[in-house]
Amino acid sequence: MLTGIVDGRWLAAAVIVVAALFVLPSLIPPFYVYMLALIFVTALLAMSLNLVLGYGGLYQFHHGVFYGVGAYAVALILKKTSLPAGVAFIAAPIVAAITGLLIGWFCVRLTELYFGMLQISLGSLIWAIVFRWYSFTGGDDGIHGIPLPPAISSLQSSYYFILSIFALSVAALYLIIKSPFGATLQATRDNPQRCEAIGVNVRRHQLMGIVIASFFGGVAGVLFVVLEHSVFPDLLFWVLSLEVFIMCLLGGWFTFLGPALGAGIIVTLRTFAGIYTEYWTAIMGVLLILLIFFLPEGVMGFLLSKFKGRSEHVEPVPAPSLDTTAARPSTDVASS
Amino acid sequence: MMLQVEGAYKSFGDFGAVNGANLTVSEGELVVVIGPNGAGKTTLFNLIAGQLKLDQGQILFGGENIAGLPPYEICERGIARSFQIANIFHRLTVFENVQVAVLAEQRKSTSLFRPAYNMAVEETNSILESVGLLHKAGNIAGALSHGDQRILEIAMALGNEPELLVLDEPTAGMSPEETFAAMELIQQLARERGITILLCEHDMDVVFSVAESIMVMHQGRTLLQDEPEAVRCNAEVQEAYLGVS
Ligand SMILES: Nc1ncnc2c1ncn2[C@@H]1O[C@H](COP(=O)(O)OP(=O)(O)O)[C@@H](O)[C@H]1O
Ligand SMILES: [Mg+2]
Repeated sequence: MLTGIVDGRWLAAAVIVVAALFVLPSLIPPFYVYMLALIFVTALLAMSLNLVLGYGGLYQFHHGVFYGVGAYAVALILKKTSLPAGVAFIAAPIVAAITGLLIGWFCVRLTELYFGMLQISLGSLIWAIVFRWYSFTGGDDGIHGIPLPPAISSLQSSYYFILSIFALSVAALYLIIKSPFGATLQATRDNPQRCEAIGVNVRRHQLMGIVIASFFGGVAGVLFVVLEHSVFPDLLFWVLSLEVFIMCLLGGWFTFLGPALGAGIIVTLRTFAGIYTEYWTAIMGVLLILLIFFLPEGVMGFLLSKFKGRSEHVEPVPAPSLDTTAARPSTDVASS
Repeated sequence: MMLQVEGAYKSFGDFGAVNGANLTVSEGELVVVIGPNGAGKTTLFNLIAGQLKLDQGQILFGGENIAGLPPYEICERGIARSFQIANIFHRLTVFENVQVAVLAEQRKSTSLFRPAYNMAVEETNSILESVGLLHKAGNIAGALSHGDQRILEIAMALGNEPELLVLDEPTAGMSPEETFAAMELIQQLARERGITILLCEHDMDVVFSVAESIMVMHQGRTLLQDEPEAVRCNAEVQEAYLGVS
């Protein structure tokens, strides 16, 4: 199914990388196996955000909520019910997607920054519930010692599970971006008014994008539980959402793999800086400033324009100049 | 009657941009709206295609009131349009610009697990061929010449297989040769695809050479709508707009 939308060389490269990642754990110390697994989890989270951020042009400011909801859903099912793990793993992303549907339904009625601000409010509401509801969610203690099937409970085996699900999810996201839906979503990003005029229901596409992104955010949440065996409210705190947002910008939000690269850089920095300093937030701030001034298209965007392998990358074009007398898209036509 | 606008009003704040506009378009006709800059032509087209919501009045398309519907629904019902200033997807290729419209028309724009690159190819290519842009199918749309971008806009509208094509100054900014070619193309599309056309245009030579019916707008109001000869002879029109010739 991938033939025709993936260059043969890229497909070969991807297969080799995944194969190498499968061999790696037997060659490196467990600490690095853990770090790699955490990078995959975070990379999936960042790539799922980028579906709506980079491809949909939406200010998804609180994507961490769907990650957290997915993680808590799987944690609660495994801890409080006797349902098999497989059911929990499938149900959790669906719960995250439903959360995305509810939050997104309100958000797509607003534009740009208002969209983002409403999402932060609604997301913070969910965070507050999780944080306060001790009897159900464990409050700020979180939930620990979540029982996982023996087959994936060791570090090595969880690494393989996480890598497999990560690879499958990335392939699915790629297919989605190359599908008619993906093409139309990108068109709504570039010119929502024109989209409406050619018969595209812009809000419906945006909402669908949010639901899909929250589903994969939920998958990342499941993988987090598989790796850590615990959950805590920080997973859906806005600070984490900001960090994931920065990963997309840092890696390059106009590229498919950029956000994964951004996740890799940030997780690595956080792991090592966290050991030696307590100034992680300061490091993030400096990183952000450097990014804004020197790499506005992100690391991946920079590398692609450097090496001319611009398969995904498109030169930013100035926003289309709309007829000043023509209306904005119907989503925000409100004659005042 | 295909399209009937009755007593349309639209104001921005205190200013009435459309102040009692009336318009009828019959099937198969080519109707031109004329009027000086600021007469309200663009606003009227935005009301018809749904980019703006009417304050008062009625817009009937095929007998049904479409006033207040969102643009994508009006498009689904068979009205496609172009904008006064080229309004395209700058980053996408020429092919993709038209393909997005064709996919929407075929109701496939939400399909998820099929690669888009080999969908709606024939339809898209045939549209590009009929407007003469097929050889530029792979070009990035934002890099096209101004004239080609205007033609691409028409091609996008054709992707929706409209019954009524609304063109807001389709030749704005074109050279005389391009204008002539574009008008030829529009008439040819009307003939071959049986599309009804509503457009507005500044150049009076062009207007009188293509129009089958002319609606004259002045300060948001419809002065009259009639056959070209009757419009040319009308004293009020001569005074208000054409200048005595
Ligand atoms: N969104 C808007 N807000 C305020 N005034 C507007 C707006 N759109 C159009 N107008 C005004 O309405 C009048 C009619 O404009 P328009 O419909 O563009 O005329 P035309 O297309 O015939 O040149 C103009 O005076 C214009 O300034
Ligand atoms: Mg105008």
